[in-house]
Amino acid sequence: MPGRKRIDSADVWRQAPTDRIRGLLMALALIVALPFLGVFLPLLGERFGRSACAAGAALAPMIGLVLLLSMQPEVFAGEVLRLRVTWLPELGLNLSLRLDGLGFLFALLILGIGLLVILYARYYLAKKEPMGRFFAFLLMFMGAMLGVVLSENLLLMLVFWELTSLSSFLLIGFWGERSDARKGARMSLAMTGGGGLALLAGVLLLGHIAGSFELSQVLAAGYAIRAHELYPVALVLVLLGVFTKSAQFPFHFWLPQAMAAPTPVSAYLHSATMVKAGVFLLARLYPALAGSEWWFYLVSLTGLATLLVGACMALFQHDLKGLLAYSTISHLGLITLLFGLDSPMAAVAAVFHIINHATFKASLFMAAGIIDHETGSRDMRRINGMWKYLPHTAVLAMVASSAMAGVPLLNGFLSKEMFFSETLHQHLLGSFNWVIPAAATLAGVFSVAYSLRFIHDVFFNGEPINLPKFPPHEPPRYMKVPVEILVFLCLLVGMLPGYTVAPLLAAAASASLGGTLPEYDLAIWHGFNLPLMMSFVALFGGILVYACRQPLFRWYAGLPEVDSKLVFERGVRSLVAGCVRLTGWLESGSLQRYLALLVGSGLVVVTLALGPLPQLSGPRELTPIDGITALGLVLLALSAVTTVVFHRQRLVALVMLSVVGLFVALAFARFSAPDLALTQLSVEVVTIILLMLALFFLPSATPGESSSLRGLRDFVLAIVSGVVVALLAFAVLSRPYDSIGAFFLENSVPGGGGANVVNVILVDFRGFDTLGEITVLAIAAVGIYAMLDGLRLFQPGEDAEGRSWARDRHPLILSTLSRVMLPMALMVSVFIFLRGHNLPGGGFIAGLITAVALILQYVASGVQWTQSRLPLNYTFLAGGGVMIAGLTGVGSWLFGRPFLTSAFGHFHIPLVGDIELATAMLFDLGVYLTVVGATLLILANLGKLTQERAGKEVL
Amino acid sequence: MEALFAIALGVLTASGVYLLLRARTFPVVMGLTLISYAVNLFLFAMGRLQTGAAAVIGKSAEHVDPVPQALVLTAIVIGFAMTAFVVVLSLRSLGELKNDHVDGREPRP
Repeated sequence: MPGRKRIDSADVWRQAPTDRIRGLLMALALIVALPFLGVFLPLLGERFGRSACAAGAALAPMIGLVLLLSMQPEVFAGEVLRLRVTWLPELGLNLSLRLDGLGFLFALLILGIGLLVILYARYYLAKKEPMGRFFAFLLMFMGAMLGVVLSENLLLMLVFWELTSLSSFLLIGFWGERSDARKGARMSLAMTGGGGLALLAGVLLLGHIAGSFELSQVLAAGYAIRAHELYPVALVLVLLGVFTKSAQFPFHFWLPQAMAAPTPVSAYLHSATMVKAGVFLLARLYPALAGSEWWFYLVSLTGLATLLVGACMALFQHDLKGLLAYSTISHLGLITLLFGLDSPMAAVAAVFHIINHATFKASLFMAAGIIDHETGSRDMRRINGMWKYLPHTAVLAMVASSAMAGVPLLNGFLSKEMFFSETLHQHLLGSFNWVIPAAATLAGVFSVAYSLRFIHDVFFNGEPINLPKFPPHEPPRYMKVPVEILVFLCLLVGMLPGYTVAPLLAAAASASLGGTLPEYDLAIWHGFNLPLMMSFVALFGGILVYACRQPLFRWYAGLPEVDSKLVFERGVRSLVAGCVRLTGWLESGSLQRYLALLVGSGLVVVTLALGPLPQLSGPRELTPIDGITALGLVLLALSAVTTVVFHRQRLVALVMLSVVGLFVALAFARFSAPDLALTQLSVEVVTIILLMLALFFLPSATPGESSSLRGLRDFVLAIVSGVVVALLAFAVLSRPYDSIGAFFLENSVPGGGGANVVNVILVDFRGFDTLGEITVLAIAAVGIYAMLDGLRLFQPGEDAEGRSWARDRHPLILSTLSRVMLPMALMVSVFIFLRGHNLPGGGFIAGLITAVALILQYVASGVQWTQSRLPLNYTFLAGGGVMIAGLTGVGSWLFGRPFLTSAFGHFHIPLVGDIELATAMLFDLGVYLTVVGATLLILANLGKLTQERAGKEVL
Repeated sequence: MEALFAIALGVLTASGVYLLLRARTFPVVMGLTLISYAVNLFLFAMGRLQTGAAAVIGKSAEHVDPVPQALVLTAIVIGFAMTAFVVVLSLRSLGELKNDHVDGREPRP
């Protein structure tokens, strides 16, 4: 962008960082952060009274406003302040902020009108209402809105965008005990949140096309974006977000329903801020997206339709806020139409109208709130003749609605005049180019008519009819102050545009257009020209339409009534019903079905991934078949099949299962994995004991209850899984590969001080993983302990065939032998533990061997006997193990090393031989204790289940 | 040998999946155990099949890849913990619901 200075934080830090710029960038971040930080102030202030609460709420926006105004010289000089903090650079998501003219204008509106609304709400909310919560929501919304307008990163902007939807949901539904508030809030959330999702998709596409989510780069890539084949998709998605947020036809219906919100919320969200977020985005992305036929037709025709529909509907509303809501829709349509006209001058007019509309509409909402507050009603058929009772408010409201109608000497006139003039300057509709100015004039007629209705129906037109509160009084002094300020601004801008709004407008419009401004004149008087004629037609036509309102109202009453709330609710309900059906079909509560779906989809994924493989067999040379190994593998497969064949007879199946486990251990041993073989062997023992214990309580046979169809399905699934796994395994095994294993093999002795690489990996290289794993083990054991607590199970007195259990529960030979074996087994486990670093063994295996040896005592002599002689607390043991392992890791910090660094040295112990003493061994001790503790915690407690009746124990 | 190993693995998996899909808790636990055997063997085999080449430095000329072995070793132990958890879960469900159907209620006849 020629002729414009950019201030980039990165540049600034690199070059000469002046203190002022650095301060400004800090202040920029603070402006967005302050409302969020300030959320707690009104909540704390609430107990000190309502004024303290409001003052607490006003503090953050007040500071924000001062900070913002301090940046005014830089912004008006056309500089762009950019602050960039990397957050998730891989995703293109950065905490980058940007302040230029457009952001400045919106931030000013958000903070300025926000402050006025806080003052207004202080008097609007009743004593019993939770004011602290209200202001907390309002501040949250304010922060989100500031984030939207000050974000440099589009993804960051989207986060704030959704936050505005969420916080506006809370604000609209503030009176949550009212059904219309709940429904309105839900509808607005569904519409704006749904639009936000479309916008997310659109922004992702934009970022994809532009190669960055940083706004500066997206805006600079405008030409590339419009030339890209995905441009129409991205545009439509972005516009969906814009149109839903800015209540454009046909998504406009949520805005009137959102009028169930407290009036300060309407004045803030539905005039000045949230609904403006959509048109803000149009202005923001104007250089990137505008300038194509797609843009022109989509944006201008939507805007035109919204302008007309809103203006016509507004006249027929009897609800004061309903009128204002439809009028807002119509004005938003006007702004959208201006952006759609796709000329620089139209964009200037659009920005100008954003300012003007925010001022007069916010004041009108506040005036409507005052009337509602003082009369207890919002029905214009009942509120009449308020001039007598509320003269002060009446004057303010009349000025503001004249501005809305576009009466000369008020701000609405200026932008409307620019609007009329721009509708005449477009030539894109060919011979139908008169349609837009004609429709604009028609909308102008209705806008004058409904403004007139607001003035005449409410303040004159006879006496009030049957008001809930009568007679109405002027509201408290300070409730009118915000209205006065806004109305004063309407007048000031309307009369002296060149001295007031001109620099702000120029800064904002040039930022929106991306640099160059067209020549324009903000004068009130341009001579007798066509736009002025259009204004007059609108003025007199509007008076005429208002004069003929009674027949028009009768005609409107004859129209079929469409309650958008009902239609929407019905739509939502049928959607929910559809989802419930789908969920019911997927989640039938049948585990068998879930598992079948799980296995089935797993198969689909693997098959799809295997599909592109050109051939199954790879280049790696296959090892020859030797008889013993082949026999072992065949027996492995056979015993697995036998397990299935006998699965109804559970004990037989369990015995077969243990055979499978043993052959797995043999397979490990055969294929050079002694550690795994040892582990598998000892785990096998404890697993089978566990399953035997469980089988004591469970039925001894499985009934045959699967239908033929289900049997077939399971059979097919099983066979297909088997085939797929076999193919996958073979495909992998017949191919060479690169491994990081060589690193561990090389560094095991020099780096870890151990020759058994597997053990060194476990306790040293990947010690952190192992620490996690033993923690999981301990947690599982504690979980089982908790699950067994208080469990009562039926204890059968005989087996399935009616035979009673053996009378000799603790056979003499077994108990005697087991007691003799205990010290030997413990010695073996110590030996296995000590040598683990250099030879197959280690904490895991030693722990399992110890556990098996101890369990043997339980089996042979019973729980009571064993526990009275072996008073070990297994919970402490498991927890202590994890702690020792963890502390070993922490210990390396004492020596200034990273977590779990190990040290080692060689020692000679008589008889045992040369052993390695490494700190890793201390870690391994932790592993050992955890394994012993966890295993016994599980098994001993399961065995103890039978302790309820003496003599009935299982072990 | 690789082909035979793969076939044995396939049979193991098929048996496990079939038992996994049964309607009673005990066969499901057995199925899970079989599947965890298969998974452990599969992971272990990712280091390729070699005989007489244990990953103990100085005991043989060449060594297999120790990384899958280290992974599988902890997997075996944790697999036991998980089996135990499922078993106790099924016992708890038997205690609370008085049946051993996986859905917690006897099927309608």
